[in-house]
Amino acid sequence: MADGATPALLRPFEAVGERTLGFLESLGRFGSFFGLALAYLVLPPYKVRPFVDRIHYIGFRSLIIILLTGAFTGMVLGLQLFLTLTRFGSEAFLGPAVALSLIRELGPVLSALMVTGRAGSALTAEIGIMRITEQIDAMTVMALNPFRYLITPSILAGLVTFPLMTALFDLVGILGGYLVGVELLGLSHGTYFGEMQTFVGYDDIMTGFWKSLSFGVIVTWVCTYKGYYVARGAEGVAHATTQAVVMSSVLILLWDYFMGSVLP
Amino acid sequence: MIKVEGLRKAFRGQPVLRGVDLEVPDGSVTVIIGRSGGGKSVFLKHLLGLIRPDAGRVIIDGVDLTELSGRAVDRVRQRYGVVFQGGALFDSMTCAENVAFPLREKTRLRRAEIARRVATALAQVGLEDVDAKYPEEISGGMRKRVAIARALVTEPEIVFFDEPTTGLDPILVNSIHRLIADLHRRHRFTAVMVSHEIPEIFEIADTVAMLHDGRIVEVGPAAAVQASTNAVVQQFIRGEPDRTGS
Repeated sequence: MADGATPALLRPFEAVGERTLGFLESLGRFGSFFGLALAYLVLPPYKVRPFVDRIHYIGFRSLIIILLTGAFTGMVLGLQLFLTLTRFGSEAFLGPAVALSLIRELGPVLSALMVTGRAGSALTAEIGIMRITEQIDAMTVMALNPFRYLITPSILAGLVTFPLMTALFDLVGILGGYLVGVELLGLSHGTYFGEMQTFVGYDDIMTGFWKSLSFGVIVTWVCTYKGYYVARGAEGVAHATTQAVVMSSVLILLWDYFMGSVLP
Repeated sequence: MIKVEGLRKAFRGQPVLRGVDLEVPDGSVTVIIGRSGGGKSVFLKHLLGLIRPDAGRVIIDGVDLTELSGRAVDRVRQRYGVVFQGGALFDSMTCAENVAFPLREKTRLRRAEIARRVATALAQVGLEDVDAKYPEEISGGMRKRVAIARALVTEPEIVFFDEPTTGLDPILVNSIHRLIADLHRRHRFTAVMVSHEIPEIFEIADTVAMLHDGRIVEVGPAAAVQASTNAVVQQFIRGEPDRTGS
């Protein structure tokens, strides 16, 4: 046996140790990546143009998908809840049921999942391609910090656009529920909106707001991180993009449960 | 002057640089040649401060780059211009925006002055009608020229070229080499170039260094390296296959 080689009996432990250390290292890198992004949020010079570009990239370009999914989610909710509530003679509560489901839960979660699929994956792929084609290195050797141009503006844009898109999703969803419940199934206009005003409170809106805000950070953080530390080649970018979407989606659902149990 | 002393780097226990020593005099064109996978690009990235060595020093005019971080490294990089292997032009910007980018972000020049300098830089590399075109809309040779224009627009003291002619046909290779030689005559920057364009590169190099197996095995004036008796150097220059290889 060569000096320093691990005895066969201990190799499984060594493998577990290596994996644990690797995991802890990537966890530390993930955390310090976010710390750096936050630091450049505070430290001048501030880059307005990349931030506006990112708002357009993450927010504006996701509008159609948000409007579409919002409308159909509201319509499905309107239909299913109407049929369920009718069994209990409670169809009058269709408005608040649709609104509360959307504002507290479905709006933030579904819009975050949609934006992850559309903009988050594109963000990872774009930054990943910039990495493998040395565009990020080019920026670095120009003495320009890539975090200021790519990472921090993306996370800041996520903070701004996710609540706005969630609000749009909620609004269009409520109108979708109205279309089905009131226009197609015959519930009165006043009942739909009147009961909604009674049952939907400030806390419900703030719950949705905090959720969407945190999802904005999670998605942009994960997606920029995966792109920034992409492995070599096209396969690396494809792998990073898949990982970014899966990891963002899982974290959205985990964090949603945590927020749901903590917030009023 | 750029001085590299005992530079060592290993990735996952696999040594890539095994103690590289090199001196690059001011205003000279130094070309690093060597086989693919021999560590040339890794060596260049050490000079750019993109990779930290396991051991050794990279001294730029008396300042050890390996001991610096953050803004101190950026201060050294302010003096650099870099032409990457694939050009590394920003896809989302037009050619003119690419060349203007370092001026726009690093200087306080007015728009009109930036536009004038961009036009001059593009004209210098023989491009005049590509301003509004995106990198994917122009040929590989033109992209290299735009990358050279971008690297030189800030009038750097040291310019690094990482295989600037890779993927180009022989005519374009010669035209890029002539362009680099011409720009060097006009601007007198210190040039460090990684290349394996043999024998064309000997025409523009003042000094040639051969990196092999993580070490500089030969260094000297172009003519001396061409006449070297070192078997590894001669094999590389003549393009002879390995005896054990297929």
